[in-house]
Amino acid sequence: MVAVQDTKIMLRDVSIYYSALHVIKSVSMSFLDKEITAIIGPSGSGKSTLLRSLNRMNDHIAGMRVEGEANILGSNVYAPTVDVVALRRRVGMVFQKPNPFPKSIYDNVAYGPRLQGQKSKVELDGIVERSLTQAALWHEVKDRLHASGLALSGGQQQRLCIARALAVDPEVLLMDEPASALDPAATAKIEDLMLKLKEHLAVVVVTHNMQQAARVSDYTAFLLGGELVEFDITRKIFTAPTDKRTDDYISGRMG
Amino acid sequence: MPYQQRLVTLAGYAVLLITALIFVFLVQQSWPFVREHGSLVFFTGDRWLPVSLPPVFQIGGFLVSSGIITGVAIIIGVPFGVLAAISLAELLPPGVSVIFRSIFEVTAGIPSVVFGFLGLKIVAPAVAGLLNLPTGLTGFSAGLVLSIMILPTLVSLSEEALRAVPREYAEASYALGANRWQTIWRVIVPSARGGIGAAVFLAMGRAIGETMTVLMIAGGRLAMPTSIFDPMRPITALIASEVNNAARNSMQYHALFTAGLILFIITFAVNAIAASVIVGKKAR
Repeated sequence: MVAVQDTKIMLRDVSIYYSALHVIKSVSMSFLDKEITAIIGPSGSGKSTLLRSLNRMNDHIAGMRVEGEANILGSNVYAPTVDVVALRRRVGMVFQKPNPFPKSIYDNVAYGPRLQGQKSKVELDGIVERSLTQAALWHEVKDRLHASGLALSGGQQQRLCIARALAVDPEVLLMDEPASALDPAATAKIEDLMLKLKEHLAVVVVTHNMQQAARVSDYTAFLLGGELVEFDITRKIFTAPTDKRTDDYISGRMG
Repeated sequence: MPYQQRLVTLAGYAVLLITALIFVFLVQQSWPFVREHGSLVFFTGDRWLPVSLPPVFQIGGFLVSSGIITGVAIIIGVPFGVLAAISLAELLPPGVSVIFRSIFEVTAGIPSVVFGFLGLKIVAPAVAGLLNLPTGLTGFSAGLVLSIMILPTLVSLSEEALRAVPREYAEASYALGANRWQTIWRVIVPSARGGIGAAVFLAMGRAIGETMTVLMIAGGRLAMPTSIFDPMRPITALIASEVNNAARNSMQYHALFTAGLILFIITFAVNAIAASVIVGKKAR
């Protein structure tokens, strides 16, 4: 029996411009459900730009223009009729620097559901517990849900941000270098967590830590100068890359 | 320590010293009155008969008047000021923001006597007409004019507080599917509330200490006000209107200094609260 895997995101010839700057050059790739896809590449290669285009977090940048087709969860997200707010509820995001709101742990997690009009305390209590459990934070904070989210350690703050993103039940989770601001122990926790999360959703992670990409991801995309150099099963990328530039990058001769 | 550094340190201490000296001077000038007439009724009564025999000095009515006028200014001014700050920090295009901000800054430079004229010619008649009062020179009218005068303080400090909210908070909110309004109301404004609170207290300090405008518009009645629409005389107006007529070193003279001392303590406390809010916020 073969498990049928959903394609959550499919990019076809996607180019992104910041005014005259051609930041992403005709990228075509897809992201599968229940898999972790890592995007690697040196600084300035367009990793974050590509990631943030997936839930339209680049929209506010003046002069930003997208060409090609970005089909996410069944619709072209750069079509004029797309509801950006609805898109972002289905495509969650975790940022490089932990950014919990200066609110209580509970209010941080309940933020998304409340935006959608959830007022029932019983429902919210359930969502908060479930999300914090999924983010492997529940046991550490269950006795102080009403303490400030800023009082947590860096690693806990990042897991709180993951819980906050999970609370609205996204189908895709975008992670922009989620562990780059954390120490090795906290990083290991985040990586364990990513492996658990992929049981339920598609995870896309940008990282410039190649060991991290090798450890956690199923697929790896190597970006260089806005161009998708190689996109394959992670094991293949790290053991037998097809392109010489990929080989140079992963063996440390570049970047 | 290099001499430049010493000079700067010295200037800092000098400011502290001058403030302390002002306080000492006020206490010293108040002392003859406090020694002879100091009692609780000074604060609670509303009879002020400085030249009768024996004279009566009670500032309760003036304190309440100051409270009413400041309260009206804050209740009307704060919502406008905070909303204006939100539009400057978050909504208006930067070019427009700059123009509005300079207009607010010019407002800060208008002499209070000019606001007094505006109050006399426009606000007071309008208040009298609209509310069908015998006179428009009331505490409410003074508070209304003050609410405009405190806007520059409120707007610039609140805007600064809003702009200081890390961009990452807004990003997280947008990424969770919030729209602009939800992000402003649920994340940015609550994150800036410490700074906005400090702005409110500083504006309150300015309103309590304002003299010329209230002297011209509040109506000047000596008795305890029974409504915000009564003519009244706040502490500042009392001192300004009587100090030139009081015989030097008379009991009335020292009583006015005592009123000044009370005013000093109140504004000092309000500003200290504002400062502690700011410091507390930075420490966090």
